[in-house]
Order: sequence, then structure tokens, then C-alpha cells
Amino acid sequence: MSSEPQAPASAAQAVATVKTGAQIVVDTLVDLGVDTMFGYQGGVVLPVFDRLYDAPIRFYIPRHEQGGCHMADAYARASGKVGVVIATSGPGACNLTTGLGTAMMDSVPLVAITGQVRTELIGNDAFQEADTTGITRPVTKYNSIVKDVKNLERTIREAFYIASTGRPGPVLIDLPVDVSFAKCACNGKAALDLPGYRIRTKGHARQISMAAEAINKAERPVLYVGGGVITANAAEELRLLAQKAHLPVTMTLLGLGSFDQRQPESLDMLGMHGSAYANYAVQECDLLIAIGARFDDRVTGKVATFAPHAKIVHIDIDPASISKNVRVDIPVVGDARHILVELAREVEYRERGPWFAKIAEWKKKHPFRYDKKAKTIKPQYVIDEICRQTNNAAVITTGVGQNQMWSAQFYKFIQPRQLISSGGLGTMGFGLPAAIGAQIARPEATVIDIDGDHSFNMTMTELATAVQYELPIKICILNNGYMGMVRQWQELFYNRRYSCVALKNPDYATVARALGAVGITVEKKEDVPKAITQMLAEKQPCVVDFRVEREENVLPMVPAGKSLSEMEGLAILESMA
Amino acid sequence: MKHIISALVENKPGVLAHVAGMFAARGFNIDSLVVGRTEDPDLSRMTIVVIGDDRIVEQVRKQLARIVPVVKVQDFVGKPVVMRDLMLVSIAVLPEKRPEVFTLIEMFRGHVVDIGQKTIMVEVSGPETKIEAFIDVCRPYGIKSVARTGTIAMPRQGTGED
Repeated sequence: MSSEPQAPASAAQAVATVKTGAQIVVDTLVDLGVDTMFGYQGGVVLPVFDRLYDAPIRFYIPRHEQGGCHMADAYARASGKVGVVIATSGPGACNLTTGLGTAMMDSVPLVAITGQVRTELIGNDAFQEADTTGITRPVTKYNSIVKDVKNLERTIREAFYIASTGRPGPVLIDLPVDVSFAKCACNGKAALDLPGYRIRTKGHARQISMAAEAINKAERPVLYVGGGVITANAAEELRLLAQKAHLPVTMTLLGLGSFDQRQPESLDMLGMHGSAYANYAVQECDLLIAIGARFDDRVTGKVATFAPHAKIVHIDIDPASISKNVRVDIPVVGDARHILVELAREVEYRERGPWFAKIAEWKKKHPFRYDKKAKTIKPQYVIDEICRQTNNAAVITTGVGQNQMWSAQFYKFIQPRQLISSGGLGTMGFGLPAAIGAQIARPEATVIDIDGDHSFNMTMTELATAVQYELPIKICILNNGYMGMVRQWQELFYNRRYSCVALKNPDYATVARALGAVGITVEKKEDVPKAITQMLAEKQPCVVDFRVEREENVLPMVPAGKSLSEMEGLAILESMA
Repeated sequence: MKHIISALVENKPGVLAHVAGMFAARGFNIDSLVVGRTEDPDLSRMTIVVIGDDRIVEQVRKQLARIVPVVKVQDFVGKPVVMRDLMLVSIAVLPEKRPEVFTLIEMFRGHVVDIGQKTIMVEVSGPETKIEAFIDVCRPYGIKSVARTGTIAMPRQGTGED
């Protein structure tokens, strides 16, 4: 042994031991700091599960691989760590795809490991064989199959690095079972070999100065913030910039939580079901500063008339996001946190009295509203009450559709990683497994899945998972018996022809009890507060079935393909004042 | 407008599928795509001819660069480059017509690589315009089949034959 202080090569060689591929997988995961995993057994992953048996990793078994993938995804979103999921070959891998697509669209760091049939059988249509790398290529940031055990440790380390850096995303490793059995000398120090993977972290100084100058000159600026700010852990830097330069802030669905919505500068969510004041502000602003957002069609409406008077600054870590949908005037590529710090140095405070006065006027005239005098249970009221009773501090997961949009409108988020929702892919059934993953990541938090009946139906089998692991998650089903958002579109655009949109639902409280959870049914408006109080006090998984107004609409609404200023439903909302 | 994009990629299985899949998924049109080895055994070069306006091609370039095993991407538009396409073409030529066809082949600096009773096979290389022109002049005789490699390209350092 060398006495030199820096002798990593010889020291590493000294500790090289012969291990099986399965052991390399588990040891590398532990070395990378993984202490929590999700996944499902199967024939070709048996060797890896055998090594997990006594590994220092908490393992959670979902009831379906899709659920496991959503759990790992939400675990990552809630904790900021990389989520890890494992599944077997063929159907196991296929079942992951929805979860991978969800994580891909929302830039969530995830590593998926799939078993594969023996290398000599690949391509022969073997039992439970699927072309997993082929199937998952469009829904992963990167994937690869490991055919030689010598490359295994490096591939796992690369997967974590790729998943968690730059614009994060899911990475899949396909592992043939014979590679799990194969042995090789492994020193636990495999170096990454990624000549084609480069990340630009620091923003270009001149571009940042140009952005700062544009901010300093702007009379009517708006910050438009996406999930990238949360991913970059830059909420505090965002707050400082907004405060120092005095800027109003609107957020995308995934950006919610990056800026305290109780602050007067918050314009809440923009876009199709965003606030009227955010949409008006975007349409009238002279400078739009996009940070970690990607000008999705649900945000921009008709692109040609989006922010027509604005110069556009776009801060994003992904160069391919710049000028993809909307032509950008000042692009800044890099890490949002780093750029926000640099930008804040160069901006000056400006009063912008007339602009803030105009915003205040819009806010006063067009707040999010619902009929508080209604005799039925308005779904918005349930969310309003949840927000009140949890003091804006709960972690909220959602399904997709009306339940999701009302959660975004009526729960006022104050911290990053507080809303966990499938934005890009819009995956119904995400809410329940997401609540499980979030609760595992944050055992002390109150985690509530605000769900729709149709969304809940898709993955309700995972309630058994929550019961098995004694997770005190709460599930609030806004039960209108419809696939609510689709019904809304049928009402507004298909002449109320409610084609294939209603289901005969089970009694959810009974289902919950059968699976070992608490079940509560709420049919009367006056019982809502009490039920929520009881739900919040429960130490077991608790399902509350709110029988809400059946034909309530999410308003305002920018019909698909229309300009943000062409919101429908404003008059209806005003009549509820 | 045609753009020639040259991508240096890791020589790994699945890279071509990844690149081709990205083009298909994002609706970009490929005019031709050529993959071959380079001086470095770990790297291959893909030469992709794309038709689209500057904005589309800019996206193509960025989306290519995002693919993990893609090491370097260059768009040769507006730069002096040497472009070559290689073609094998089988032409219906009876023996009595051979001399006049040979003259044409010579003008295009092609080579006869196979002579049959009623056909000849010719190898021609050059820029796409030259290849197309050769096809046009051979058409009256009757073209049996054509196999083309697609365009490869390299930027010029000096001047020379186009």
C-alpha cells in the first residue's frame, strides 16, 4: 500500500471484490445514497430482490408497477432526491411506461431498473420478453441495456447522474438476468463515461445583464415561473428577485409553491384555467420573464397572440426549450438558482404604481369564485375548507381534470414541493400513488390526495399499499360521478351530449374499509368541515367521499386554441360575487 | 431549405434508433441519413439531410444535442462543404448502345462495375445534383434500379472541386 495521501487507484484496487451483478446493483444503490425503493417482483429480477432482502433499503411494494413508478416519482418530487423503481421484464416493464412518461414530461429525476430475459434469448420472443429499451426510449431521458456485468456499476452511476442533473428526467436500465448472476471484480469506484452529456449551469453573463436591463426598463413586467424553479431549489432566490425588482409573479401548475400565493405580488396560476388577472397581466405586459417554464399550450393558448406586447426573457436549463414554441428575445441557458442570484444583483427597485394598480383592479374584479350560497357541496368549497384547516401547509397530490384545476385554483400554496401533480402528461390515477410516495418522503407532513372519482378508480388498488405500510394519507374524492373535465367539454363544445363519461361508482367508504382504511361519506354541505377535521386527525389512510355538485364547471376557461384574453365564464363568476 | 447536419455519436447499440425515433416523434422530415465509422472506433458520424426552415432546423439541432450519446452536432448550412452521394445504377443497355452510354458515363466520371447481356451497372459519386443529372440522362435508356447512399459531407479547409 502506498503511503501517499492521494492514492485512489491502488487503494481502490485493494478493495476490489468479486461480486454478482445483483450484488453490484444493490451495493451501488446504497453507495449512491438510496435508502428507499419501490417495485414489484418477477422472474428475472429475483436475483436483485434476493440481494435486497437484507440491504439497508426500505422497500415498498405497490399493487401495480404503474403505481410503483408514480410513487417513486412523487417521492422524488417531494424530497428532491432521485426516485428508484424496479420491475420485472415484459409486462412489468410495460406497466412502468405511463409512470416514466409522467416523470419525463414533468422533468422528475427517476431511475428505473427492469429485469430482462437472458441475453442469449433476447430477440427470440421469450417468455415475458419485451423490447424494453425500444418501448421506453421516447419516455426516458436515457436508457440502456447492460449486456456485460463489467459495465453494470458504471451504467448505474451514469443513470443517477443523468437523471438528477441538467433538466432532470427518468433513466431506465435494462438488466438481463444472466448479467445479474454473472460475477466480476468490482471496486465500487467506476468512473462515468459520458462524452455526449454536457450541462450548462452558469448563465451567460452578458445575457443576464441584458435580462436585468430589460427588467429595469420595464413598465409592466410579469415573472412567469414553472416547475424548473422548484427543481432547481430556487424559490428563495425567486422571492428575493421579485422583492428587489418589485415584480408580479404568475405560476404554471407545476410552478405552484415556488412563490407564496398569500403575497400581494402573486398572480396565482395562468393559462387555460388560470386566474383572469394572471392572463390579463400576461396579455398586457411589456416584459415576460419565463423561468424554468416551457410555454406549454395549456399556458399560452393561441401562440400567435400570446403576450403580444411583451419582450420575452427565457431562463431555462434546457437549450431545446428556448424558442421551441414562442420566439424568445433574451434567452439565458443555465441553472435557475444561479441565474436568479446573478440577475438579482443587477436589478433595481421600481415602483410601477400604475401597473400594480391595474393588477389590483383585475384581482378585485375577477378573483377565483364559486357559489358559496349553494345548497349542494361545491367541490371548490371542499378545497377551500381543506386549505383553511391545514393552514396552507399540506402536501397536496391530485388526479387529473377538474379536481386538479380546482386544487390549483383554491388551495393557496406557500412552499415548494407542496403540490405534486401530473402536469405535462396529465396522467389520471396519479393522485393516490403520488400521495403514498410523498408521505414516504415526508413522514411528518400532512399529505392529501385531492382526487376525482374517475382518477381514483384508475389506481385505487394502491389503497391497499397505503394500508400495508400504515401511511396516514388522506384521499378526498370530489365525486360527481362524471369524468368531470370531459363532461365540461361536452357541455361547452359538444352540445351536452354526454357520451361515455358517467360511471357507476362503488361506495368508496365501503371499499376503503374493506381494504383496511377509514372511509367517510359526506352528502351534506354542513358536514364538510367536520369530515375534514376527522380526516386530518386520522392516523390511518382515510378516504372521504364528497358527493359534490355533479355539473360544476372549472372557470374561467380559455377554450383550446383561443387567446388568453378570451376567457369564458367571467360573467358567471361575477354573478356569484 | 436543405440543411446538412453532421452528428458525432457514441458507437453504441440503440443510438440510431434513438436519433430516428426522435425525428419521427417530433415530426421532423429526414431527406437522408447516413451512419458510418470515423477515425475513432468509439465514435460514428451521422450525416442527416433535413428539409425545413431555420427555426425547425434549429430545433432539430438542439433536440439532437440533447440525446445523451450524441457527442457533437454541426449544421453545415452556409458553410463551404464537400458533399458526396454514391450511387449504383443499373441501366437497360443492349450491346449496340454501349458506346454512347460509355461516353455519358465518362462525362460523369462514373465507372462501369458490371456488364450483363441487356444491362450495365454504373457507379457514380458526387454532389446530389450530379447524381440526379446522371439519372436524367440515363432515363431514356431505361433505369432498372437505383441504390444510393445518401449524402455525406465535410467542411472545406481550402478550395477544390465542388
